[in-house]
Amino acid sequence: MSALPSAAVEVAAPSRARIRWIGFQTIVLREMGRILRIWGQTIVPSAVTAALYFVIFGSLIGSRIGQMDGIDYMQYIAPGLIMMAVITNSYANVSSSVFSAKFARYLEEIMVAPLPNWIIVAGYVGGGVLRGLLVGGAVAVVALFFTHLPVHHLIATIVAVLLTAIIFSLAGFINGVFARNFDQVNWIPTFILTPLTYFGGVFYSINLLPEWARTLSFANPVLHMVNAFRFGFLDRSDVAVGWAFGIMALAAVVLFFVALRLMDRGTGLKD
Amino acid sequence: MHALSVHGLSKRYRNGVHALQGIDLQVAEGDFFALLGPNGAGKSTLISICTSLVTKTAGSVQVFGHDLDTDLEGAKSCIGIVPQEFNLNMFETPETIVVNQAGFYGIPRALARERAEKYLRQLSLWDKRRSMTRTLSGGMKRRLMIARALVHEPKLLILDEPTAGVDIEIRRSMWDFLRGLNEQGITIILTTHYLEEAENLCRNIAIIDRGRIAEADRMDSLLRRLHVETLVLSLRAPIAMAPQIAGHEFQLADPQTLEVEIAKDQDLNGLFASLSAEGVQVVSMRNKVNRLEEIFMRLVDRSGAAP
Repeated sequence: MSALPSAAVEVAAPSRARIRWIGFQTIVLREMGRILRIWGQTIVPSAVTAALYFVIFGSLIGSRIGQMDGIDYMQYIAPGLIMMAVITNSYANVSSSVFSAKFARYLEEIMVAPLPNWIIVAGYVGGGVLRGLLVGGAVAVVALFFTHLPVHHLIATIVAVLLTAIIFSLAGFINGVFARNFDQVNWIPTFILTPLTYFGGVFYSINLLPEWARTLSFANPVLHMVNAFRFGFLDRSDVAVGWAFGIMALAAVVLFFVALRLMDRGTGLKD
Repeated sequence: MHALSVHGLSKRYRNGVHALQGIDLQVAEGDFFALLGPNGAGKSTLISICTSLVTKTAGSVQVFGHDLDTDLEGAKSCIGIVPQEFNLNMFETPETIVVNQAGFYGIPRALARERAEKYLRQLSLWDKRRSMTRTLSGGMKRRLMIARALVHEPKLLILDEPTAGVDIEIRRSMWDFLRGLNEQGITIILTTHYLEEAENLCRNIAIIDRGRIAEADRMDSLLRRLHVETLVLSLRAPIAMAPQIAGHEFQLADPQTLEVEIAKDQDLNGLFASLSAEGVQVVSMRNKVNRLEEIFMRLVDRSGAAP
């Protein structure tokens, strides 16, 4: 440590837009590094779980069920299982990453940097979306070992999966900001996310349900996401697809502004 | 232009603690400034507000003219912060941490890597660049936080007790390093519990106590204000009672240690002549406390006595 720093090389000051862009990239790259570093925790479990679902619900039980909504059962559940992986992984990635960074205080590295809060939110969401897509892709590959997956509406498929990943990344961000301990990071996935996903039409068409349950199911946002995604693949949906995309877009905008407001107020971070 | 200009800064936490009560403080560009105060005085809160890690309740802060309320990004880009507690991702390598930090300040990857090498080498961490941060010693982690704070080459470096828990040798080399940075024009604000450190490094000083500035002055002016020092004399042979010498009041700390207060205008020759005449031989002498510590205790005691 005896050597003293040489005179700083004069470098032209980057524009604010460039600082923000590089800052955003750095947050996303850091998240990506974390996802790949602990791939055994981040990528593999969902692929294994999906394979088990395909074997048990698809091959063993599904062969007795036959068709659902005019589609082979294995093929019917594939988009839902992909979406389930996207939901849980984009949520888990951001909630645990934000909470860990807050808990160990290295979130301060980003908070002292000249980045506006919306870039910080966007960076973490970018990481969550990447993990969601990566794991969703892995589950899709597993699905292809069991069934054929045609894509009827490519744009709808892409928009549905992107919006879903963004929504649950934002929800995970909010959870991470509020959480005071690791238990609180797990509460929402266990008690809210999992029931919503299982009752969200992953394994069945809501047309099988009694009237009251069908009506109640429309209040479940996951139902709209799964059906919009299934529409993209199989051209089948239990909900009006236009409404589904509208609800998703609205949810993404509302959650983004909630996350931004929390950052601006410093809730859970600056007190 | 001031590197840091703070006016009427107040902070009341949700739990009711009034950590800062209308602080006014200016730090000149290029200064090496000490911010001292007892635990809980408000030093870390002040620093955290300046780096936007804590929201202020009232007042204003400007960093090189960038107001925190109107140009937060401009203010942040001028500051490098080394916090008191480790805030490192223990599962990342030093190289990754420093390169990423550069990225958060908008420095392109290639330049970030160059800078990371430069500062990791200067802080003797280059050999450890690919080790997990959790495996580094406490001193290495502190140096890593300094490298991380410097990677965007800030104009103002704030160090919150950077040498806490660091051994003497590394502390001295850190002092040299910080002096070098300051000589290059980087303004440095330092909080420390080692008052010797502040006295050695800093030109200006503010003492903060109970959320208020108890004193802010040049270091030499402040030290000149100390009229009386207590000297500790080690004796060659034990004595039974403190000697009675006109003009001096001795305390016998133990049979071979005497303490005596010396006013600034008193010379020591007379003291030693009188002791020799009494048959007391002095083999060594030291200040009872560091000079700055003496002033610090007096100021903090005084502000504590205030209503």
